[in-house]
Amino acid sequence: MTTALDKTPTVSVRGATKRFAGVTALNDVSIDLWPGEVHALVGENGAGKSTLIKLITGVYQLDEGEVRYQGRVAHFRSPRDAQLAGIQTIYQEVHLAPQLSVARNVFLGREPHRFGSIDLRRMNRDSQEILSRYGIVADVRRPLGELGLGVQQMVAVARAVSADAGAVIMDEPTSSLEPREVDKLLTVVGLLREQGVAIVYVSHKLDEIFRACDTVTVLRDGRLVSTGPVAELNRLTLISRMLGRDAADLVTARTQFGGGGEIADEEPVLKATGLQRKFVLEDISLVVRPGEVVGLAGLLGSGRSETAKAIFGALPLDSGTVTMEGKPYHRNTPASRIRSGVAMLPEDRKAEGIIPGMSIRDNIGLAALDLLSKGGFVSRKKQAEVVNVFMKRLRIKASGPDQKVSELSGGNQQKVLLARLLCLNPKVLLLDEPTRGIDVGAKAEVQALIAELAEKGLGVVLISSELEEVVEGSDTVLVLRDGVALGSLFGDEISEDAIMNMIAGAAADEAEVAS
Amino acid sequence: MTTQPAPAPVHVATAELGVTAGAAKARALASLVSRSGAVAVLVLLLISGAIFDQGFIHLDNLRNIALSASYIGLITAGMTFVIISGGIDLSVGSLFALGVLTSAFMSEYGSFWTIVVPLLCCAAAGFVQGAVIAWLRLPPFIVTLAGLTGIRGVVYYITDEGNLTPQVPGHKAFENLGQGKLLTIGYPVWICLVVFAVGWWLLNRTAFGQAVQTVGGNDTAAELMGLPVKRVKLLVYVISGLTAGLAGILTTASSGGGQEARIGDQYELTAIAAVVIGGTLLSGGVGSMVGSLAGITLWFVISNLVTQGLQFNAQDQLVVSGGFLLVVVVLQTLLSRRAAAAETH
Amino acid sequence: MTAVTPDDFTSRLRVPRIDLEWVRDKGVYLALLALGLYNVLFTPHFNEFSNMQLIMKQVSAVLIVSLGMLLVIGTGGIDLSVGATMAIAGSVLGLAVSPGSSVSGGMGLSLSIAVVLAILSGLVVGLFNGFVVGVLGVQPIVATLSLLVGGRGLALVLTSGGLVQLFTPGLTKLSAGNVHGWPYVILIALALVVVVAVLVRRTTFGYRLVAIGGNRRASVLAGLPVRRTIITVYALSGVLAAIAGIIATARLHSADPSYLGIGFELNAITAVVVGGSALSGGRVKILGTLAGAVLMQLLTSTLASHDVPASATQVIQAGIIVAAVYIQRTSRSSE
Repeated sequence: MTTALDKTPTVSVRGATKRFAGVTALNDVSIDLWPGEVHALVGENGAGKSTLIKLITGVYQLDEGEVRYQGRVAHFRSPRDAQLAGIQTIYQEVHLAPQLSVARNVFLGREPHRFGSIDLRRMNRDSQEILSRYGIVADVRRPLGELGLGVQQMVAVARAVSADAGAVIMDEPTSSLEPREVDKLLTVVGLLREQGVAIVYVSHKLDEIFRACDTVTVLRDGRLVSTGPVAELNRLTLISRMLGRDAADLVTARTQFGGGGEIADEEPVLKATGLQRKFVLEDISLVVRPGEVVGLAGLLGSGRSETAKAIFGALPLDSGTVTMEGKPYHRNTPASRIRSGVAMLPEDRKAEGIIPGMSIRDNIGLAALDLLSKGGFVSRKKQAEVVNVFMKRLRIKASGPDQKVSELSGGNQQKVLLARLLCLNPKVLLLDEPTRGIDVGAKAEVQALIAELAEKGLGVVLISSELEEVVEGSDTVLVLRDGVALGSLFGDEISEDAIMNMIAGAAADEAEVAS
Repeated sequence: MTTQPAPAPVHVATAELGVTAGAAKARALASLVSRSGAVAVLVLLLISGAIFDQGFIHLDNLRNIALSASYIGLITAGMTFVIISGGIDLSVGSLFALGVLTSAFMSEYGSFWTIVVPLLCCAAAGFVQGAVIAWLRLPPFIVTLAGLTGIRGVVYYITDEGNLTPQVPGHKAFENLGQGKLLTIGYPVWICLVVFAVGWWLLNRTAFGQAVQTVGGNDTAAELMGLPVKRVKLLVYVISGLTAGLAGILTTASSGGGQEARIGDQYELTAIAAVVIGGTLLSGGVGSMVGSLAGITLWFVISNLVTQGLQFNAQDQLVVSGGFLLVVVVLQTLLSRRAAAAETH
Repeated sequence: MTAVTPDDFTSRLRVPRIDLEWVRDKGVYLALLALGLYNVLFTPHFNEFSNMQLIMKQVSAVLIVSLGMLLVIGTGGIDLSVGATMAIAGSVLGLAVSPGSSVSGGMGLSLSIAVVLAILSGLVVGLFNGFVVGVLGVQPIVATLSLLVGGRGLALVLTSGGLVQLFTPGLTKLSAGNVHGWPYVILIALALVVVVAVLVRRTTFGYRLVAIGGNRRASVLAGLPVRRTIITVYALSGVLAAIAGIIATARLHSADPSYLGIGFELNAITAVVVGGSALSGGRVKILGTLAGAVLMQLLTSTLASHDVPASATQVIQAGIIVAAVYIQRTSRSSE
């Protein structure tokens, strides 16, 4: 690694500040990106990572501070400006044109021309060459959308790299990739580093950071917490800086919030057998007993959300049965599940949960309208009673039941959705990421609520991308990988190590078969 | 009418690339049907027309179909760009009328102005609409709906509330544009074909065309990729204005003027229908010029077969055309839903 | 329609708050008040009762169509077939009341049965739209577009392409009669406003409608009967358009399938949008729609009485539509 003192940084951010509607998303942050350096940017949700990236790439404009590119002050008004200058970005979701061919995607926006027309032959040849340089084998004339997500992401990388970039910014590029695709991507990152490109690598996967990055900057609540060589940190210090807790706290904070009850001899309330959907779920079975919290563990894309959706009737199945208290379903719809006592908290609060234009009251009462009405007319009185009860019980902080739900914080919106489910008086709750993107206080409250509900005899299926949450909250854990159930863990067997070993074991098996 | 071509064989390599064969198969089928469905139906109709209807296959009849299709055909070419970019242009009927009447009014100042002024007027109207859509981010549907009303208002205004029907005072050169023939086929047909060819080239062989398709697929992605999204959106409405204006000019040239202010009413429906039948998705991103050409031809062939061959009258033809449009969009929706359902992610 | 842009992008464009939300919600009333005041002061004969009656009669049909459109737009859809539906209902009415001797296919039924048949025809059209949109999943614009084309053709086929003259006393009474000076037709329209208001604000159907327009996926996952609600919404739109078709037919003393209801889809959408409802669904303003319909009608008659040509009126209307949507668009990003 070069000691960069004698050079100018490729990108230099000084005192960057950005506010949205009075809320400071980024506060006086300065970082330098050096040529040939992989710079990890880490932090929890809301830390300001994406705001910082968007300021560098011209999606947002700074309120205060400055961005310098290769020593000169840069005023990027749009992503296009930044790209023309030489800053390329790769996003978490592939932002390409799936209907166009691979080659057209690689050269989109800077196509080679010949006699005024796009030089297709050259474009195909060059893109094939670029892709093969990074070990990607694909027919460049085929539509991009026909390739797997991993390959699409690699095409996005190839596109960025082939543009003679001075800086490449990768915003969680591996979140939808398989392990071997991650390996490939990290190899490419290594190649870029050798070419002297400055790289920003945003990820919440600590593995990748320690494998691939030179420097790590930690952001929290819009402020810079620390920046320095990766080699000088260990995992625990890094995690503690991200969470804003001392390392010592982190260890003592490991307590159970749910589970531990005696449930083994109860009759199952919900039984799912042989859930099958081509390429998504393979023969998944699980049972939920009253008072039991069943955790679904697995990496992103392992089929955990899909399992919940399948149980809830929101995902069409090729085969498989779900029974509630011994009775099978005839209709595979959320409505029929709700009627028999199953309720689901969806993963994506904004897209699948709240109705933003409606009040808290209407949002809470929405699923239970039939219970709150008579002859098709909604009873305002009944509605008000129920809503008041739940607003108090879940401690929803709002100016009143008439406030629009879109004006609430993430945590309070989540509580509104939980209230919507609880109105239905369910017997089984499917909770997909119940604490994602909400503040620490609300998170603890939601976890306590889950424990309380289980204690009262509800069956709960708990999905979380935080392994810790699954471990602490579950009586039983079903471990999934690639839509296959790897096995179950009970009671004292449940630990982060056990789950990770199970997933890793399956990965190792597969690698063997492949070779 | 629903000829389902056999699914293309799926290459084994797809599985290796991480794609599921099912999704690829469904998608290939969907894209094949939407890409060549209109062409296939057109061929089928032409053959059955030739067999069952003696009058249909007559060269004069075919020439007439081509000529009458060429005016809306031009509009369809512009509409294809707008719809692929994810928008819609409901104002083309009014723009067409604007083209017809401005060219008729300008005809006394010579052929040059007769052609240039209508094109400028229509391009300007397209520019204003495109600018409002691109910069103010208003839905294209509503902006061009306002354009439909507003531009029609302008047409009535310049014709003294529809009381003027300007004539073209015998400009041989200009009228020849509409009435002349090359290889027994009228100029408007040739012009229409040339415009489609240029459109195909723009869409498939220029950076602009790539940008149009990308913007239509996902304009956020296009913006993040650094494409000039606003400029692209603006330009497609200018193109639509230009083609509608050109269609208007040719109409004036072939008719020798005397058109009323209400001309071109509901042309937008035919143009949109033709584009949709041609396999372009109304949601944007996917579409083809060849399909649109087949779509508009199909529309006129059906109307000819229904009115001439089956001796139905004009209103039956509306019902048949509307029903046909419905069948096509339902088929498209079901196919693309199947493709989406078969996908892994 | 247009792709949804994520917040990141719209927030960049956020206009400094000059409280557009207020303009969006109350602007239509303010404009109506201002225009009314202007008329009272400067328009000759405006205050005369006959003039008021005329405006009320003119606005009734479009108001009724707007109510149906409002429900459809509330779910995030659109119904372009309302004008064609009016024409179909008019043709059915004309055929049903005319004796077979004067019109081919005439049935010579009593007026009340004819009215029921006409409304039923609207219901059938609406159910069909609802089926294509709700069950088959076709985009509302295209689905109803095909009926806009085919529906008018159907209306023409029914009357063999011609116009059916109607001098049924009942119909004349419907269009000319009044209660204490209030024309029957406006009373019918206002009664329907109340019905729709109760439907939207008080019934489970109304809550569901707004929720589906606000967030369709969330509504499915909350177990709402999305399909049924969407089918019902289009069916209601069809029924309301049919009622408007009957009123318009009575007013013209003839069923004229070539022209009846032409452009009504545009006027109805305008009334809804100007009234402050969201074109993307989820925000349903009933009084706003009433005010929007009256405003546009008043604007037309004001301009006419000041000798502004009809063509200029059209241009002004176009400007108002764009302005209304612009205000909505910008105020929504602050939500």
